Order: sequence, then structure tokens, then C-alpha cells
Amino acid sequence: MLRRLMVAVAVCMASLFVSSGAAVSAAGMDDASSPVAAKDSTSQSIFGTVRSPAGKPLAGLTITVTRGGKKVGSATTDNKGSWKIPVPGHGTYVVALDVGTLPKGLQVRTKGGETLGHVDVSTGEDQPVLFGLAAAGAPQEKSTPGATSAPASAAPTSEASGGDRTSGFGSRAMQLLIGGIEYGSIIAITAVGLSLVFGTTRLINFAHGEMVMMGAVVAFIMSTGSGGLPLAAAAVVAMIAVGALGAGFELVLWRPLRKRGAGLIQMFIISIGLSLFVRHVVLAFFGGRRRQYDQYAVQDSIRLGAIEITPRDLTITLISLAILVGVALVLQHTRIGKATRAVADNKDLAEASGIDVNRVILVVWVAGGALAGLGGVFFGLSEAVFWNMGFNLLLLMFAGIIVGGLGSAYGAIIGSLLVGLVAQLSTLWFSPELQSAWALLALIVVLLFRPQGILGRAERAG
Amino acid sequence: MMKILSDAIAGMLGPEAAIYALAAIGLNIHFGYTGLLNFGQVAFMLVGAYGLAAGVVTFGLPFWAGILIGIACAVVLALILGIPTLRLRGDYLAIATIAAGEVLRYVYRSGYAEPVTNGVFGLRQFADPFYAMSPLPDHDFDLGITTFSARNLWVMIVSWSLVALACALVYLLIHSPWGRVLRAVREDELAARSLGKNVYGFKLQSLVLGGVLGAIAGALLAINTQSAYPDTYDPKVTFYLYAIVILGGAARVLGPVLGSLIFWLILAFLGSFLRAASDAGVIPAEVLGSSAIGALVIAFVGLGLLLLMVFRPSGILGNSKEMRLDVR
Repeated sequence: MLRRLMVAVAVCMASLFVSSGAAVSAAGMDDASSPVAAKDSTSQSIFGTVRSPAGKPLAGLTITVTRGGKKVGSATTDNKGSWKIPVPGHGTYVVALDVGTLPKGLQVRTKGGETLGHVDVSTGEDQPVLFGLAAAGAPQEKSTPGATSAPASAAPTSEASGGDRTSGFGSRAMQLLIGGIEYGSIIAITAVGLSLVFGTTRLINFAHGEMVMMGAVVAFIMSTGSGGLPLAAAAVVAMIAVGALGAGFELVLWRPLRKRGAGLIQMFIISIGLSLFVRHVVLAFFGGRRRQYDQYAVQDSIRLGAIEITPRDLTITLISLAILVGVALVLQHTRIGKATRAVADNKDLAEASGIDVNRVILVVWVAGGALAGLGGVFFGLSEAVFWNMGFNLLLLMFAGIIVGGLGSAYGAIIGSLLVGLVAQLSTLWFSPELQSAWALLALIVVLLFRPQGILGRAERAG
Repeated sequence: MMKILSDAIAGMLGPEAAIYALAAIGLNIHFGYTGLLNFGQVAFMLVGAYGLAAGVVTFGLPFWAGILIGIACAVVLALILGIPTLRLRGDYLAIATIAAGEVLRYVYRSGYAEPVTNGVFGLRQFADPFYAMSPLPDHDFDLGITTFSARNLWVMIVSWSLVALACALVYLLIHSPWGRVLRAVREDELAARSLGKNVYGFKLQSLVLGGVLGAIAGALLAINTQSAYPDTYDPKVTFYLYAIVILGGAARVLGPVLGSLIFWLILAFLGSFLRAASDAGVIPAEVLGSSAIGALVIAFVGLGLLLLMVFRPSGILGNSKEMRLDVR
């Protein structure tokens, strides 16, 4: 709920700035942000340029950044009106403009607009911030609580664990259970491809998260702005694009490498290089901000018995679960599904019985890629679209696959659902910032006691 | 042009190159000599840095006690990490270690740990005794093509000396009976076990030793900037270390050192070159903003790692008879 409110506010603020003409702008960003050195990619800041409604840069204004009541830093605008305050890490900051330093005859346009309550900064990113100013005496617009410069977003959990819920433990647990199923099924549809690729080629594909991220980004580019497709159509385009990307990786990179007899460690490290490359190219050209899709960003939740869920989250959960059932049916009953399981079980034997192994592997890459792309769109919808989303999800996918049993597609599905549930339910007792840590701890615990996973065979753990 | 060249040289010799070389020497013990796919080397750097930073800032201990705490933390971490995972196959170990590294980073930056680690704000100003030890006069040093401040030069001298020491240590260890067992474990675990060697114990010793080198490197990284933030120690650092080890040549004493020199030369050169091109307007700002250059440099690192692994997995010094990454 908190998140919905913040998104709504963000949308209001954005339209406000656009419609009321550029009294202020974050233009001049280029002179405000100093060049970022290569090794500085983990330093981040909040910056901006303050201009009068007439467009004149304002010098000598004091701006302070705080977090959790503690002061992080402050700055005074220079004669170009620019300011920049480095911040220690990613997180949400409060940025305040000291109205006492404003020149006579100017005031903040929005009442309470001198304090921006939720400025999200991601690691390595410089986050621009705007202060809207107007001539004194002009009617001040109504107060907007917690104005934000970028849509503040949070994992699906925080919706349920937000502080504004007063309901009891039982209903929170139910709410998180549903959130966990949604999160887990998103992890599962992305993890199926990763697991099948491992099963058929023994490749631990570190670049799988990047296929997820590419799906979200492609859908974002296709659906945003004027003339954008509806998100459902953009998601289909994203699935096709990422499926093609998977086929491309297989045909250009992995098949020739297998032909050369490349080692498993070698291919593993190659996939890490590929992942770093794709992720940072996207960071360079798409930027580091978290973004939301235009559609379905703000929705009223509906009540289903004891739980509240937005139509968006409900649709995501149902489609994901339907797809998982579909994948299981295809694997169990169709020719290509049986062939895939045969190759995963014993490649040489499958080849000897007349299965075209390379064709099976290509199909797995395309299908796995398309599912990863769709998972990316879902993840982007329920959380946000950003460059690092694939890598964040990748570790959870690995956790799901290992918990379920390495190499088994059914294991990947069950394990991912479990990991999603662990991540969400941990927020019942612990802070949401640690939910991924709990999911990864579950992975380590499973490795301790049952390294082959729930459905895996003991021999696989070697 | 001169600026790009001097930036590149400064990057190659600078403190980061030495620190990464030290951490990579540790990783080389794991990966190169023992065949452990440790993808959590950055976790050792993290505990090394925070042992010092939290020891000095939070608990008010002397500088050297902080260093020792960092090293002790690394030993404990190696045992906690190694005891459950070293019996597993290599790829499981890789995923378990990268997960452990991330868990540790999440915990260090979380609200729970804030009383000790100060969360995302990090800790600062804990290395004054280190800089007070510097015998160098306090002015910039002109080394012909580039200049270093006295503080940077002092960190460089200490770091590169430690790198030299670590190389000597690794050379002696690897040419001892102990080192021969390590390599036997890498080549054929079953054969080593059938000769009565405690394979598990040797792996654990290797993990502890390489982890301690990583912790010292992490502490130096924190000393270099007088600050420790959890997000400095993300998985990317481990990937850089792998790029360095493989570039130089895995299972070679001087491989990580050469790898680090070249890696940082390329990194600094690319960054400086792209910035110069951007400033000169060769690359329009709409296509590539100044903040995107850092990201693009990392993208090149990824591409470089990929191509290196495809075309020359044994690196520059690597001996394909000593260690073959390209066999199944």
C-alpha cells in the first residue's frame, strides 16, 4: 500500500513538472556530475540544478541529505545553481532545501516541497533531484506527502509488510504466503530455462539473469512513450526477442565451444564474462534508474477472503502457475519434452537412440529464453525494471534449482517456489532488506544436509 | 594523449592494482593450485576490511589489533564456508560461495548490523596510525610520467611489498611437499585420496591460506580510501579477480601479479580514453553520458574475460601442461 501511494505521488509529481513548464530543471546535469572513474562505479550521489522560475540559476542555496534522521551531507549551490552530495550507498534518502537560503520573492511551488522524502539512489548511480520553485505570492499547490523524484519501489513483500497494516499476524502471514507464491512462481519460470540448459549441456549459465533483464528492458522500451504497445503485446515481443537471443547465444557461442570440447569451468567463466558485458552495456545505455511500466503501475487491490491482492499481482501469479503446469505437461507428454528429459538424463544414450541432441538443446535455449523474458516482464511489473535485476534474481534462481535438485526441471519449479516463500515469509520476523539473505541461507542449509536437493539423485552431488 | 598514457600508467602501478594482485594471489591458491571454484573471495576481503574498520572505529582497538581481527575473521569464515561445501562438486562450491558472499554483504549493510558496521554509511577514518608510519615527506612525488601523492605512494610501497612477500610464500609452499599434494588434489582427487592423503583437510588449509591473503587485501583496500562500505565488496570484485588470475595465467606464481598489472593498465586506459573522447565531443553526450563510462569500462572487462576464456584460457604465463581449463 505504501508503495502504491508513493508511485501515485511520483506520477502526480512527474505530470506536475511536465505540465507546469520547466521552472526548474535537472538540465545541466552534465556540468553537475563530474566524470565517473572506472573504479568509482560504487560511488553514488544525489545532485541537481536549482533555477528560478525564469530559468536563472540560483547560487548559495543550502541543501541537506539525511537518512533515518542522520545527516549524510550537505552542499551549497554554486553559481551555476548546481549541487552534488555524495551518499554512501544505495537506499532511500531525504533531501531538504533550506528555504531560509532562498532569495527574496521566491518560494517552493508545492507546500512542503522543500523536503523530498523518498529519493531512491542505486549503487553507482548519480540521482538527479528537482526542487520546484515559484514566485512568492503565487498560490501554493497542495501538499504532497513524501514527494519523490523517482518512483520509489520495493520488493513485492513490502506491500504486505508495510507499516500501515494493522491486521494481525495470521492475516499478514496469509498475505505473505500469497506474495511468496507470486515471487516463487516468477523465480520458477525463469529458473526452468536455467535448469534445462544445465540438464542438457552441463553449462552453469551465469548470463541467464541477463536474459531475464533483457526481457524486462525490451518490454519497457516497446511499451513506454507515445505509440508504445500495450504491455501484453510488448511482453510477447520481449519473449520472442529473448528467445531469439537465447538461440543466438547457443548458435554463435555455446555450440561452437562444445564442438571444440571446451571445459565446464571454461564455459562457466565465459558465461560470467558474457553476463558482465550484457549487464553493463545495458547500464551504460539504459541508465541505472529503477523504472516502472506505464501500464498497471497503480491499481486498487481487491479482496479475496482474508487476503488483499491487486489484479496485477493476481494475474501474474495465475499466468505463472499456468505456465509452470504447462511446462510440466510438455516435458511429461510431448515428443520434444521426452527428448529433452532423455538428453538431460544421458546425452550419449539419447544420441545413440536417434535423438537430435543439438536440436533439443536449441529448443531448450529458445524456450528457456522466452520464459526468462516473460519472467523479466513479470518481475519488472511487480518490482521495477533496472539493470541489475537479472543478477539479483539469478542467485535466487540458483538457490531454487539447488534446493529442488540440480538438473531436474520439476525440482527447479518446486525449489523456486520454496525459495520465494522463504524470502517472503522471513519478513514476518525479520527486516525485508534481509529477505534475499534468508533465501540464500536456505540454499546453504540444503547443501549441508541434502546436497542433491529435494528431487535430485545422490550421485549428482559428486 | 599524454594524459591518457599517464592515467594508464598510474592505474597500472597504483594501490588498487597491488591490492587486487594480493587478493588474486589468494584466489590463485584456491583456483589455480587446488582447483577450488571459490566465487566468494570478495567475502574474505569484506571481513578483512571490517575487522579493521569496526575494530578501530566501533570497539576502539588499536590499528594492529584491527588487522589481526580481520585475519581471524577470514580464518573463521574459511572454516564455516569450507566445512560444509568442500565435500561438494566444484560447481556447487561456486554457487555456495557466491551466495555466502552476498549473504555476508546483505548482513553487513542491514539495519541489524548498524551498531557495529554503521550499515550503508560505512566506517571512516580508522587508518591514521598506518599513514603516521609513513617515512615519506608529505608532498607529491613526480615519477616522470605520472605523480603520486605521499599517501598513495606509501600504500603502494606497502602493498607491492606484501605482494612480493606473498609471491615468495606461494613459491616456497608450492614447491614443498604440501604444495605437491595440493596440485595432486586438483588433478585427481581420488588418486590423492587413494595415496592416503586427507584431501578434505588440504582443501580446507588452502581455503584458509588464500582467504587470509584476501582479508589482508580487503584491509588494504579499506586503508587506501580510509573508508569501508559494504557495497564496495560486491560479486563484481570476485569476477575481476578471476579475470586477473586467468589473464596472467592460473597456477603460476607471478600470474596474478602480471594479470593485475595488465588488467589495471587496460581499465585505466579505457576509462581515461573514453572520458577524453567524451570531453572532446567525439562521443556525443546523448549517446554516452559521463556517468555511463564507468559502466562501459566494466562491459569491456566482461567482453575481455569472455574472449580470453574462449581463445586463450591459459592466459599469458599459463602452462597448458600445468593446468588445463579446457578439458572436461
